[in-house]
Amino acid sequence: MPKQLNTALLQIAGKTSGALIELNNVTKQYPNQPVAAVQNFSMTVQPGELIMFVGPSGCGKTTTMKMINRIIEPTSGSISIDGRDVLSLDPSELRRHIGYVIQQIGLFPHMTIAENIGVVPKLLNWSKDKTADRVHELLTTVGLEPGDFAHRYPKQLSGGQQQRVGVARALAADPPVMLMDEPFGATDPITREKLQAEFLRLQASIGKTIIFVTHDFDEAVRLGDRIAVLSNRSQIEQFDTPANILANPANDYVSSFIGLGTAIKRLVLIPVTAARLGPASAASKGGTTVRTTDSLRDALDSLVLTGLPALAVVDELNKAVGSISVDQISAVLGAEVPILTPTAEA
Amino acid sequence: MTLDLNGLLAFWARRWDDILELLGEHLTVVVVALAIAMVIGVGVGMLVWDKPLPRSAVIAAAGVALTIPSLALLALLIPAVGLGWTPTVIALVMYSLLPIVRNTIVGLREVSPAIMESALGMGMTPLTVLLRVQLPMAWPIILTGVRVAAQLTIGVAAIAAYVAGPGLGQFIFQGLSSLGSKNALNFALTGTLGVVLLALVVDAAFVGVTRSTTSRGLRA
Repeated sequence: MPKQLNTALLQIAGKTSGALIELNNVTKQYPNQPVAAVQNFSMTVQPGELIMFVGPSGCGKTTTMKMINRIIEPTSGSISIDGRDVLSLDPSELRRHIGYVIQQIGLFPHMTIAENIGVVPKLLNWSKDKTADRVHELLTTVGLEPGDFAHRYPKQLSGGQQQRVGVARALAADPPVMLMDEPFGATDPITREKLQAEFLRLQASIGKTIIFVTHDFDEAVRLGDRIAVLSNRSQIEQFDTPANILANPANDYVSSFIGLGTAIKRLVLIPVTAARLGPASAASKGGTTVRTTDSLRDALDSLVLTGLPALAVVDELNKAVGSISVDQISAVLGAEVPILTPTAEA
Repeated sequence: MTLDLNGLLAFWARRWDDILELLGEHLTVVVVALAIAMVIGVGVGMLVWDKPLPRSAVIAAAGVALTIPSLALLALLIPAVGLGWTPTVIALVMYSLLPIVRNTIVGLREVSPAIMESALGMGMTPLTVLLRVQLPMAWPIILTGVRVAAQLTIGVAAIAAYVAGPGLGQFIFQGLSSLGSKNALNFALTGTLGVVLLALVVDAAFVGVTRSTTSRGLRA
């Protein structure tokens, strides 16, 4: 490889905490197909941003993502990471600096968990000690006890554990960019919520630039810094923060994709502290409390579940700082939430 | 002609050295042929597994080789390479190729698209994927092909005595050509039993080899 390209790769590789990604008029046209799979897709992703691609099956969201690490080669257009033209780099070398997680995980069954995570470090000729230290660190990061898991084989792990290893493997060489294709799609709802929460905590500390493909709008709202709602041929219908999309859907397509229950979905994004809390004394007696770090949806959930008119809000030290009721939650959403008036009793 | 058990035992006692030598020769010629067939078969499989046309051509060619009667194949080889070990090894390699090539191709193709994609997505070159992911995953399947080839060649090698080849076939042919003589049955029976015994022992050995060379993560 020419020296110049090597430097370009090193510059991408050096940026471990997020790189700028630019896609410019990217098109993918398969031969013998009347319409393009992706047409004139342009987007700029800021370093450290977590971007969600949301759209129905077959809209081209995965194809768009896979052109960034050249698993799929674009027909035309340009893609750059940190100003370096991706299409002029050696694809294999490039991919070693882009984390990649797919729904089916794709762990290598004949390798131990430690060997799976060590694949990219090995490709980058890291020393054995450095790789072993990194494997240990990553297993701890994703919540798997290294002593217990490092020497197991993938088939000895549950689906959720395998997906954690998948994420750890993608992070092995500390790449600035991560591409994730419905990584939590195949797990059960409870595991998925847990993985999502862990993933958010992880991203808060590592600050990668992440493209995350999903067809689950709720997942997009929960995880994304910005969401790109995509329609056929990967056309961007709206590209904005979750709060803005929920508050002001750009068109009917976006509205229909958001679906019902916009208000409930917005509550996920708002912390309890955003509400004007009532006095702590107003809280109903009972064991259930809401934490200041919870979202309004968590608060509403507890209110509905307990059937109590108001619940105590407690801080990290378990000290009551106020109370919250359905009225106060509604007040945060303001006029956009129609007030449910009880129908005349028949 | 009836079986005289005491006679057979006496024959074995008298001919013990010969029997061991022929058993050794038989095993050696089979192992040599399998080793050569493995190098060729796995190599060719790795070259053609992802190319539909060459892949079909290779499997068809190896299949045709298998349909040639062993006696005819050995006879055809005499004018080209003469008598003895050479035509025997060549014939055995030809018979071994089909199961080995076919299982190599099947094994390499059986690796799931998700694993292939994640391997490429992590920055492995296609050659690295082949050597570090596909080949280890296909290994138990390839070994099964070699095992089938071993059974086949142990039988075919007995015919090699026809071209003055090595192995237990010499006893069998000697027995057949001296029918009526005192030891004819002893010769034929000893050769045949030896072949059967060898086949059983080699098959058992393959179970051990497969276990010890397959990743624990792949074992059921």
